[in-house]
Amino acid sequence: MNSQAVSKPESTDVLKKIFTGSALVSVLSVFLALVVGGLLIAATDKDVASTAGYFFARPTDFLSAFWSAATNSYVALFQGAVFAPGVSGPLGPFGPFMETLTIATPLITSGLGVALAFRAGLFNIGAQGQIIVSGTLAAYLGFAWHLPIVLHLLLVVVAGILGGAAWGGLVGYLKARTGAHEVILTIMFNYVALFALRWLLTTPAFLRPGESNPITPRLDDSALYPLIAGGQYRLHLGFIVAIGATVLVWWLLNRSTLGFEFRAIGANPKAALTAGVNVSRATILVMAIAGGLAGLSGVAQVAGTEKVLTDGVAASYGFDAITVALLGRSTPWGTFFAGLLFGAFRAGAVQMQIQTGTPIDIVLVVQSLIVLFIAAPPLVKAVFGMNRKKKAAASTVAGGAA
Amino acid sequence: MKLELRGITKTFGTFTANDHIDVVVEPGQIHCLLGENGAGKSTLMNVLYGLYEPTAGEILVDGKSVSFRGPGDAMAAGIGMVHQHFMLVPVFTVAENVALGAETTKAGGFLDLEATKARIREISERYGFNVDPDALVEDLPVGVQQRVEIIKALVREAKVLILDEPTAVLTPQETDELLDIMRQLKASGTSILFISHKLREVKAVSDTITVIRRGKVVGSADPSASTTELAALMVGRPVNLSLGKAPAQPGDTTFRIRGLTVLASNGQRVVDGLDLEIAEGEILAVAGVQGNGQTELTEAILGLHEHVSGSITLDGKELVGRSVKEVLRAGVGFVPEDRTEDGLVGSFSVAENLILDLYDQGPYARGLAMSPEKVARNAESRIQEFDIRTPSGATPAGALSGGNQQKVVMARELSRPLRLFVASQPTRGVDVGSIEFLHRRIVEERDKGVPVLIVSTELDEVVELADRIAVLYKGRVVGVVPQDTPRDVLGLMMAGVPAEEAATEQTTAEHTAAAATQSTDEGDAGEQPGSVQA
Amino acid sequence: MSTTLAPGTALPGTAISTLGWKIPVILGIVSVATLLFCGILGPDSSASFGISQSGDVFQIPELTLPGKATGIVLGLVMVAITVWSVMLRRQGRSIPAWATAVFVAAFVMAFLTAMVGGARLHEISLAGLLGGSVTLAVPLVFGSLSGVLCERVGVVNIAIEGQLLGGAFTAALVGSVTHSAMLGMLAAAVAGALVSMVLAVFSIKYLVNQVIVGVVLNVLVSGITGFFFTTLLQPDFEHLNTPPRLAEIDIPLLSAIPVIGPILFKQSIIGYAMYIAVFVVWVALFKTKWGLRVRAVGEHPQAADTLGINVNATRFWNVTLGGAIAGIGGSYFTLVAVDSFTKEISGGRGFIALAALIFGRWNPIGAFLAALLFGFADNLQSLVTIIGTPVPSQFMAMLPYLVTILAVAGLVGRSRGPAASGEPYVKE
Repeated sequence: MNSQAVSKPESTDVLKKIFTGSALVSVLSVFLALVVGGLLIAATDKDVASTAGYFFARPTDFLSAFWSAATNSYVALFQGAVFAPGVSGPLGPFGPFMETLTIATPLITSGLGVALAFRAGLFNIGAQGQIIVSGTLAAYLGFAWHLPIVLHLLLVVVAGILGGAAWGGLVGYLKARTGAHEVILTIMFNYVALFALRWLLTTPAFLRPGESNPITPRLDDSALYPLIAGGQYRLHLGFIVAIGATVLVWWLLNRSTLGFEFRAIGANPKAALTAGVNVSRATILVMAIAGGLAGLSGVAQVAGTEKVLTDGVAASYGFDAITVALLGRSTPWGTFFAGLLFGAFRAGAVQMQIQTGTPIDIVLVVQSLIVLFIAAPPLVKAVFGMNRKKKAAASTVAGGAA
Repeated sequence: MKLELRGITKTFGTFTANDHIDVVVEPGQIHCLLGENGAGKSTLMNVLYGLYEPTAGEILVDGKSVSFRGPGDAMAAGIGMVHQHFMLVPVFTVAENVALGAETTKAGGFLDLEATKARIREISERYGFNVDPDALVEDLPVGVQQRVEIIKALVREAKVLILDEPTAVLTPQETDELLDIMRQLKASGTSILFISHKLREVKAVSDTITVIRRGKVVGSADPSASTTELAALMVGRPVNLSLGKAPAQPGDTTFRIRGLTVLASNGQRVVDGLDLEIAEGEILAVAGVQGNGQTELTEAILGLHEHVSGSITLDGKELVGRSVKEVLRAGVGFVPEDRTEDGLVGSFSVAENLILDLYDQGPYARGLAMSPEKVARNAESRIQEFDIRTPSGATPAGALSGGNQQKVVMARELSRPLRLFVASQPTRGVDVGSIEFLHRRIVEERDKGVPVLIVSTELDEVVELADRIAVLYKGRVVGVVPQDTPRDVLGLMMAGVPAEEAATEQTTAEHTAAAATQSTDEGDAGEQPGSVQA
Repeated sequence: MSTTLAPGTALPGTAISTLGWKIPVILGIVSVATLLFCGILGPDSSASFGISQSGDVFQIPELTLPGKATGIVLGLVMVAITVWSVMLRRQGRSIPAWATAVFVAAFVMAFLTAMVGGARLHEISLAGLLGGSVTLAVPLVFGSLSGVLCERVGVVNIAIEGQLLGGAFTAALVGSVTHSAMLGMLAAAVAGALVSMVLAVFSIKYLVNQVIVGVVLNVLVSGITGFFFTTLLQPDFEHLNTPPRLAEIDIPLLSAIPVIGPILFKQSIIGYAMYIAVFVVWVALFKTKWGLRVRAVGEHPQAADTLGINVNATRFWNVTLGGAIAGIGGSYFTLVAVDSFTKEISGGRGFIALAALIFGRWNPIGAFLAALLFGFADNLQSLVTIIGTPVPSQFMAMLPYLVTILAVAGLVGRSRGPAASGEPYVKE
């Protein structure tokens, strides 16, 4: 029992995991989900349908139509998300990748919020509402107040974080005080936030002077995240903040006493209570921090990407955040890369719809399938015939018993 | 009905829980399976009841080989089982619980609970069970719940009844009643497979005894075999459970409980105006049947209960109303009764579990930042000091054996200077080797001058460790008596009889018993060596 | 709750008790608010409630209530109940259920009177209000029944939304292709069951957390229906998205009874099916052998297993049945409410159904009543927009969610769901 014995397993573990365990399953899950998505695309393609009519006469036509329907969509998706060769416009070939990073930004931060709560054993279905509240607060300070540069942005960011934290923390408080289930609470809080925002967007304080469209004035320039990849891209400082948030959450979970408490109440709340952890306080704190992280997404939306506030401020980022956190297995860096992947899907899907007419909804299908597959490794392994060995072993056991 | 187990083997991964076990239960016989915790008794019963599929071996009923795909098959074959943890739905009535799975129905699948109730009344009267079919199970005392379990088996016309550690939750008096019921059942032709590790009961009721150790049958014995012989067979070596601890050297009384009352969440008074005090360098052991307020007493000391009144003082400081953390900081070491539920985070590493209640203190943390190196270093020394058998400090605690898990909890709580040490069921489900080790550590702590409170439902353990014994009944202290109080007196006290009364009642009872022994030539007279065949 | 404190154990002076002050506090806040906003600050004009409709067999004159006075009287009733609850609480008891019911009824009536009295038009049809509530409640009731069936066997069903949406889509598609509303409805049941089967397989066979599967399934169904809507239904709208409607079946005479006639006896087949389903599920759960086993599986699966009940099979089929019921509820959107499918047509009602199930304490009849209450709030939202009350419609839309938050946090915070809900059952 020396210090080597304590630290050694970690280093060998990583390699082991990649080859045998969860990382491989994750990759295969993504692949499998893309295949199913491809089948859906091909099945509804017009060329495929017309060639199917004479399938028995010339099956090759059908098969090639089938193949090209699926691949064309995915090639368009890739070009829209990562790299568009030969594009000469103002955005250049790297435009898509910048767009991916931009869209990934709110996914990452709210994904971190969901992941952090997961680690504490809490289902934070409420990122959607937390984004709305934070976006509303941040936007209001951004367009209604006029402050010097730096200070204004700082205030907007802090207000956004606090708004999200309050909305999340309130759920934590109700859960800690009354034992109400956070899944129900967060779902209901999402709707309350949405309707409150819709109401605010009918009041003069939030509207452009003399207009009744539910859209606020543009935020002051001093309240906006600076662009970080040059003026031609939308990529803003929020992405750097998201990287910072990932590092912070990693430290919080793995190196801080607070993270120790969070993980303890997540893994065994009764033991945590017996060990002197104030479970109520930790529950409120973790929900507040989770809300604050989702709040960063709200800030990224109003002070970075959209620059105005509408009732679509959260889009579906709050719900996507759940799948992001699940794909990332609730680890900070896993969530970061899952956010990038889903950001790429989102960015690419727009291009895909323009080029091939494949609806954006296919991204939802692929996204949810990925999470389902990842959550059920035995299923993925069965599809790829990876647990044949085990099955054989099991059947001999059963045979022996019979 | 004759029940035979032939060469039953059950493995879980690489672990062999049952290794070629042979047992024959003759019709109308009470056959006892004797073995320590973790010897594989319960696994065997689950195989027999169709809950596990055996890896190898066969079950024969009246000479015919049968295979059970589930409990349904076992019941159809006439096997009934009373589980150690009752299999009753708490929010159902007695009748609903009895009906479940063997429902009598009217046309259209509608329940006919009246028919079931009639059956319950009939059985209840026949055996003097005194069970109300309309009572909600969660409102019943454990003794009555156990009878409901027996009724469940009888309604299904069980010919063989398996009783898995049935006396663990009973008072000595309730135990006697149960033994009577068993004899009655036997008289009416039911075979009983009685699983226990309590030698006295086993000797009192069995017709034949099979001893199991580490998943293997190590011998069979006659109930007339002596207690020491049976114990040696069960444990695998001569047992000398006596610690031989030095007499206590009590110092100042630093820990006092005055008028402590604890309400359960349903409003019931689980601890009811309780007074206790413990001096430095003294072990006070709390005896009592499970569920008489012991759990709540210790939890109230730690500050885990909301609805507490009265006073608990340590070194003159009031503990009631303080948070768990404050109580721990006041120098209270606490070993909860259920280590996997309350004592450990199974998915955390051994190292993390070793600082589970010290994580935010130096040297492990400075401000918010924790130091993984310090945590790992602490683990190394504790693992050595307490001889915790683990591959490394990074191993998840959940992967360790029960004994080693308990050592982790104990190592953590004893790793800092204490002003009070509270341990509930300190050796529950722990192998004999570890029991001795853990008991020594507890006595060492006492000898450092720490007041120690032990709660145990095992009378042996109480007597072993205690300097004084407090007996709890229905949340009240029935009496505080010296360590050398006769067990029978303790037994009566555990049923609520005050100390003096219990003592006098016991002497009269002994007289009658003595008379009975003389006239019938039974009793302990049969304790002759040589009746054990290993 | 308080009855568990045995008589004779009344506590001395500094009594400790497990009974919280939550309920008296909530009652107090609500009754003071009612007295203030509906009474003292209430509208001066009076509110009229139409009871009979023109086609009814006999006519009842409309009910006219003075705005302010009604608010004050009802507010005082509520205050009285609050005071009583405080007195009972002091004795360690809580108020009986009927008093709570009176309280809620007084609140609703005071609220309505204030709303209608303060509106531009001081008139509202009670029959229309209630009838519309039932109409809006139909999918909620089916959804919450699905939840009841799943949770009673220990499976949390967050996927009600997906089951409703899947049902709505399939009903529209199959109804259009076959020109049969009935076939559309049956297909919707199959679709709902299929969604449920995925939930069942992943949570029972692969032991994936039930909440996760539910959340993800909602996204999946939303994606699939959205995808096919864009690629199939929209391009060929005429053939694929014009389902026939399920006609209202009018039971002569009975349907002409004022107020309750249209609610009970002038419904589509799905409306009638709703009443039947609530009753059948209730009877089956609490009066039959099947129900006893189902409840045992949800409360104590291990006990059920030791009695020879196949826990996972029971769970699988119950969850599937629940999905089928929710699917029928979904078909209501496209076969009765409107006549074609649009993206996200279920609009989050699956979550309100979930709320109704909890508010209704996992009981089919409770869930039914809760769903009616939420349907009522939903209906009120559109009505207040029409008659022009001072309260923004967004707040009315918020109401079901706020009520649910209050319910889970305060009034039913202590109520017990099935003990094993959410726990996968694995044999040791």
